[in-house]
Amino acid sequence: MTTYRLGPVDELPVGEGRAYAVGDEMVAVFRLRTGELRAVSAVCPHAGGPLADGLIDAKVVICPLHQHVFALETGHCQTTPHLALRTYPVREESGQMIMNVSPVSGSDSTTTS
Amino acid sequence: MDRLVVVGNGMAGARTVEEILARSDRFAITMFGAEPYGNYNRILLSNVLSGAEDEADIFLNSLPWYAENGIDLRAGVQVTRIDRFARTVRADDGSVTPYDKLVIATGSRPYVPPIDGMHHPRRGFHQGVFAFRTLDDTRAMIRYAHDHDRAVVIGGGLLGLEAARGLQQYGVEVTLVHSPTHLMNAQLDEQGGAILRRCVQKLGIAVEVNARTAAILGRDAVTGVRLADGRTLPCDMVVVAAGIRPNVDLAEVSGLPVERGLVVDDQMRVLDEPDIYAVGECVQHRGQTYGLVAPLWEQARVLADHVSGANPKAAYHGSRTATKLKVAGVDVAAMGVTAPERDDDEFVVFAEPRRGVYKSVVIRDGRLVGATLLGDVSKVAFLLQAFDRGWPLPEERVRLLFDLGAPPAQESAAELDDAAQVCNCNGVSKGDLVATVHGGLKTVSGVMDATRAGKGCGSCKSLIAQIVEWAADGAVEEDESASWYVPGVPLKKPELMAAIRAGGLRSVSAVFDALAGGAEDAKSKMGLVSLLRMMWGDEYVDERGARFINDRVHANIQKDGTFSVVPQMKGGCTTPDQLRRIADVADKYQVPLVKLTGGQRIDLLGIRKEDLPKVWADLDMPSGYAYGKSFRTVKTCVGSDFCRYGVGDSTALGIAIESRFQGLEAPAKLKLAVTGCPRNCAEAYVKDLGVVAIDGGKWEVYVGGAAGAHVRKGDLLATVDSPADVMALTGRFLQYYRENANWLERTYAFVPRIGLDRLRAALEEDADGLDARMAAAVAAYRDPWKEGAEPATPGQFRTALPLRVLPLVPVREGS
Ligand SMILES: Cc1cc2nc3c(=O)[nH]c(=O)nc-3n(C[C@H](O)[C@H](O)[C@H](O)COP(=O)(O)OP(=O)(O)OC[C@H]3O[C@@H](n4cnc5c(N)ncnc54)[C@H](O)[C@@H]3O)c2cc1C
Ligand code: SF4
Ligand code: FES
Repeated sequence: MTTYRLGPVDELPVGEGRAYAVGDEMVAVFRLRTGELRAVSAVCPHAGGPLADGLIDAKVVICPLHQHVFALETGHCQTTPHLALRTYPVREESGQMIMNVSPVSGSDSTTTS
Repeated sequence: MDRLVVVGNGMAGARTVEEILARSDRFAITMFGAEPYGNYNRILLSNVLSGAEDEADIFLNSLPWYAENGIDLRAGVQVTRIDRFARTVRADDGSVTPYDKLVIATGSRPYVPPIDGMHHPRRGFHQGVFAFRTLDDTRAMIRYAHDHDRAVVIGGGLLGLEAARGLQQYGVEVTLVHSPTHLMNAQLDEQGGAILRRCVQKLGIAVEVNARTAAILGRDAVTGVRLADGRTLPCDMVVVAAGIRPNVDLAEVSGLPVERGLVVDDQMRVLDEPDIYAVGECVQHRGQTYGLVAPLWEQARVLADHVSGANPKAAYHGSRTATKLKVAGVDVAAMGVTAPERDDDEFVVFAEPRRGVYKSVVIRDGRLVGATLLGDVSKVAFLLQAFDRGWPLPEERVRLLFDLGAPPAQESAAELDDAAQVCNCNGVSKGDLVATVHGGLKTVSGVMDATRAGKGCGSCKSLIAQIVEWAADGAVEEDESASWYVPGVPLKKPELMAAIRAGGLRSVSAVFDALAGGAEDAKSKMGLVSLLRMMWGDEYVDERGARFINDRVHANIQKDGTFSVVPQMKGGCTTPDQLRRIADVADKYQVPLVKLTGGQRIDLLGIRKEDLPKVWADLDMPSGYAYGKSFRTVKTCVGSDFCRYGVGDSTALGIAIESRFQGLEAPAKLKLAVTGCPRNCAEAYVKDLGVVAIDGGKWEVYVGGAAGAHVRKGDLLATVDSPADVMALTGRFLQYYRENANWLERTYAFVPRIGLDRLRAALEEDADGLDARMAAAVAAYRDPWKEGAEPATPGQFRTALPLRVLPLVPVREGS
């Protein structure tokens, strides 16, 4: 497990997402209206869409390319059940976004197509 | 637990497992599927090919579904052999899996007639030759069709017609080559086939009947096909849809009884094999094989009843195949024989070739033994019943083909037997629908979602609506949410606007807080942004996260995450200086594609998000708004200044309109045009608002036109006397549309919904109010590309993909 500092939380506007290269992973981090952070894989498993550019609410992110909907908490896709995102633990510590990533991608990124 | 192994994860295999799970939990289930996916609705591949449906939408059971039900799914694994004595199956991944009960559901494979040059010695099919059976086949065809121009489809049955229609969507010219004398010869008689042929030709598909393909031509890739009569048809793509054959290879190598299909008894057990069942297109039952889904639902139920012990007496007696389909957009229903066979068979025929309608019935000894309906299938429910149950027929035989006053729709829904299958694609009976309604779901769309009825070819939708209506006994509920402006706020547009005004709600989050109990809804945000901007103009409180990405960065996102930039070019007029700047930008940022758009502008495609501000600064031109749900362009012809036919200065008026209304947000995009005479070079008749100069200095204003996926000629709203009148009327219409159209409702839907008379009256009544509100909106215009100099949010133009951000260095090593 490696820990990364992504940068000041202020650089991530509320209600939006930004993409980061964290170790070997590309991660989209979102800041909810409550101030909580969520992190999922940055690349949409459907056709590679940039998820950091997606619209979010408290629960989901919508991919900007073909509007597939993914739960931010679990990564499950609500529109196409066989797609899923990897999720990452991310937190705020004294104004900084902090993320832990295990070196090899886990098996929780499940896609079949 | 008993071990149940299922070979084949297609429509029959998966449905059988669903039926078994509904009856018993005594099995530990393993499913093998040669295709590397979960289970999908094969019927809908036609829709995927034609682009009507996204491939993501055709999956039936999700991977979590398999997991939740404890099914061990081996997707992408092919079973190579069954050892009946050791009771194991061997697969191509080297695994050996024991079973107590085995189900074979291997389906069919495409039949490929012996044609020279079909195969390539090393690559399987010749380059450019395709079959049409699987998702992979479909994807391959779509990919190929994108950059090829002419296709020959071999086979004029259901599959061939669907393939031909689908390929057309990619601009491919299609010729259908069919060796029998008429299309869909398995379902239609000669006359019906001829009428279908006319319909298909009208769609722009060339048809050759009585034409056998002898050879595929071309060395490295297909260049044409040669017919048996010696003619050649040039083409660069061939689709083989000449029929299907039961896929019985596995059964054969494993020593199971195979004739045309794998032979099963009435319990769906393989002959003399007490523990092996088979189901679907691979089986032969009482000498019969099937090529449509309807019989397989019945087979799956019997199999499940038997193998689970729920009903050991369950028996399958064969299906009388009745087909109800939508083929290449044409409704077709067929059952039983297609033509009279005996001297005293009655044959009643109605044909109206011009409208593409054909109906015939064959009656033997007072019973319906065959029927064919093409183009108009309104009587299909009754005919299916009469055919299935041998009902007595009306004395006036013509009543079999037409509703003559009676019976009304309700009655036909009531008449239908509970067991009658309404949706053949997903195997939903009238009883299932009725039970769902009685279970409390009283909306048509709700019932369709819950039962999956109507989610296939769609030919049964009107019957579903009738049944739901009948079952709810008049208490059908409108699907309320369908009329909401956005899904996350339970109000129609007028009520929503009233509430927003009353509450002074100026931001998207304020709307969620006040009107949706604080629950944000991502799907609703874009619609709310548009509405609030329209209502509040300058006073709108912007929350960037509520905007769609295009509106956050003022450019149109492309499939690879880059953006397209279209500078404003009013009326399609530009200058050498602008062109030079555009060329410089294209060089400097290595723009992969510079393209003229349909709206007479120049599109720079493939720009990286982080380059957008620099590109705008270098261009130093205002945004053309080619990305928003907003006023886009005014296309113009050269008009009276240069054209010898021109009767009005269309260019000047187009520029004036664009200058005034540029960038205005709207419920959907707005494309306009002004043309200098009725020759219509600027295509004004098919625009959201189109202006046509006519003789005598007058101007016609058309609204509600479209020339996209939907094509509609606009309605003449008014003829006015001067360009100033055109401007005033345009402003009123646009404002009225902004205030009253539903989110994403284009004018081609909006104008007919309101009706011209009401529209004219409304524009006149509130002329002053509309003018004033429009003037305020126009005054609030600001060129969004100015934002490039001073980003609105941190990281506004930071790349999201393709990702080139600097990698982060780990801060500490830990556990
Ligand atoms: C484009 C298209 C349009 C159609 N339209 C209609 C329509 O409008 N109406 C209608 O009624 N029918 C239609 N059909 C027919 C319908 O799809 C079939 O009747 C139905 O899919 C048959 O189901 P099945 O399970 O028997 O076979 P399939 O759905 O073909 O499933 C068989 C599965 O078994 C797998 N398999 C085979 N051998 C092995 C092995 N050895 N090991 C592991 N897995 C194996 C195959 O890969 C396949 O996934 C259409 C078919 C196509 C291709
Ligand atoms: S529409 Fe009429 S005026 Fe305009 S270019 Fe065509 S012919 Fe000339
Ligand atoms: S790439 Fe994300 S939905 Fe298609």
